[in-house]
Amino acid sequence: MNSLAFSRDRLLIAGLAVVLVAALVAPNWMRFLLQVSMSAGLVALGVMLQMRLGLVSFGQGLYYCIGGYTAAMLAVFAGITDIVALAIAGTVVAGLVAFVAGFLMRRYRGIFFAMLSLALSMILYGVLVKARALGSTDGFNIHHLSLLGFSLQGEAKQMATYSLTIVCVLASVMASRRYLSSSVGTVAEAIRENELRVEYLGSSAQLLVHYTYVLAALISGLGGVLFALAIGHVDPLMVYWSTSGQFVFVALLSGTVSVVAPLIGMLLLEVVRMYAMALSPNTWQIILGTVMLAVIIFIPKGLFSVIMPQNRGGKS
Amino acid sequence: MTPIIEIRRLERTFGAVVAAADINVRIEQGETLGIIGANGAGKTTFVNMITGHLPPSSGTILFDGADITGNAPRQITRKGISRSFQIAQIFPDMTVIENMLVAITIAEEANLSPLRPATTRARIERAREALGQFGLADSQDRVAGTLPQGAKKLLDIAMAMASRPKVMLLDEPTSGVSTEEKLAMMQHLMGALRQSGTTIIFIEHDMDIIGAHANRILAFYEGRIIADGSTEEVLADPQVRTHVIGQHAQREAGHA
Repeated sequence: MNSLAFSRDRLLIAGLAVVLVAALVAPNWMRFLLQVSMSAGLVALGVMLQMRLGLVSFGQGLYYCIGGYTAAMLAVFAGITDIVALAIAGTVVAGLVAFVAGFLMRRYRGIFFAMLSLALSMILYGVLVKARALGSTDGFNIHHLSLLGFSLQGEAKQMATYSLTIVCVLASVMASRRYLSSSVGTVAEAIRENELRVEYLGSSAQLLVHYTYVLAALISGLGGVLFALAIGHVDPLMVYWSTSGQFVFVALLSGTVSVVAPLIGMLLLEVVRMYAMALSPNTWQIILGTVMLAVIIFIPKGLFSVIMPQNRGGKS
Repeated sequence: MTPIIEIRRLERTFGAVVAAADINVRIEQGETLGIIGANGAGKTTFVNMITGHLPPSSGTILFDGADITGNAPRQITRKGISRSFQIAQIFPDMTVIENMLVAITIAEEANLSPLRPATTRARIERAREALGQFGLADSQDRVAGTLPQGAKKLLDIAMAMASRPKVMLLDEPTSGVSTEEKLAMMQHLMGALRQSGTTIIFIEHDMDIIGAHANRILAFYEGRIIADGSTEEVLADPQVRTHVIGQHAQREAGHA
């Protein structure tokens, strides 16, 4: 609804596209950093979409993990190695699980929604750590990947998965933006402000929460697939509460004014983490924590509120 | 002719407390029906049951001949009954025009689209027109939560009217509004509602406002209707004078 914010958003998406495409000729480490950040950033985007409805998911790692494990299991156990097919399969499975779970989730708000999302994710964690066939706590590796029948090895594998990441990230960002400006997105956002009024205007708040929950899961599942393809490994940590907490943290730090914000937020987090680890291998968490604290104190409405300020309260 | 709303033997209890008992009412299209009664008499319970906020313990509610008893609020709104609230229900962090656009979007799309943009030129025009009708045109870019009480109430009603309902229920439209603002606000409000041909049912404590705007009154006392008739008849009814106007006068005197 805020046309100024949306036109700035368009510029940010274009900027993101330029950076991602330019990184095709960047050093491997930089491309890998971008690939991992953007994959995880998609999950933070899923969290942010729900935050715009006033819902905080402390268990978004559930769909991140489902996406990643679906792709990995298909590649290892079913011999489906095509990266596009794996991306589609992981996303669809995450969406289907969210569609079913959504019938329960849509009835809850506030802390109950947050705790229930956490509970569902920890159930999957419990199952995965007990599943020896899936490597238990160690998880398992994805060895072979292909694209259109061509086997992918070495740098070709990284370039192919990175290119897929670019396409998926830009598609997700544009789809999210479209959704937020659509009738469903606009009315869903009104739920945060007054669910009673939404119902008395003739719309089902539960249905709109369900829509958003499934969309967030689709995007998070896709993020999980891309992450699994990038590092060639999946493990139960993907669904552990601390992983989900990181997505919430990034979404909060980035703010909800732009669909690009969570992606950039995740990239900044990874960069700070990388340098903190290089600078102080044993106490890097102190540096990371200090930076996060500074952001909370000095930019309470999120990093993006600096470049995309909103002229009203309570929207971050 | 089928009444727009027909209520048969409606009852609502909360444990041992009877909030509504043996309510039978026929409301004709185009009426302006005032509801009066002391606090706790069952007025809001009556409105809440019609609009689906509260399921009745027993009885039937017919709207345009169709049974709507126990329907969800959104279903009832879609069928043509809208309401405003004692405490204005708006989207406080959105601007006034954004509030209106949300209402118009829901009114225009029975099934909301996840792809089609919500804000179109036509909708913005319609929103401006609606705000103009309710005297809110100058405030369209203000954050709704910062409006004065009277304007919030008008916005609440304007949003409820976006679906062009056949029946509009107003729960104390002037509560929280200053005495100076009240009369002017009701003039404006009733003018806008009558223009649309909507049947109006409104709860009100101010007998001057009731006398000025209602052409029929229902008086509630302890969950029952003790008087139903023209404004003059009901306001002159001895029971109403004892149980409603007397208490109201005492309350007014207490406030003075």
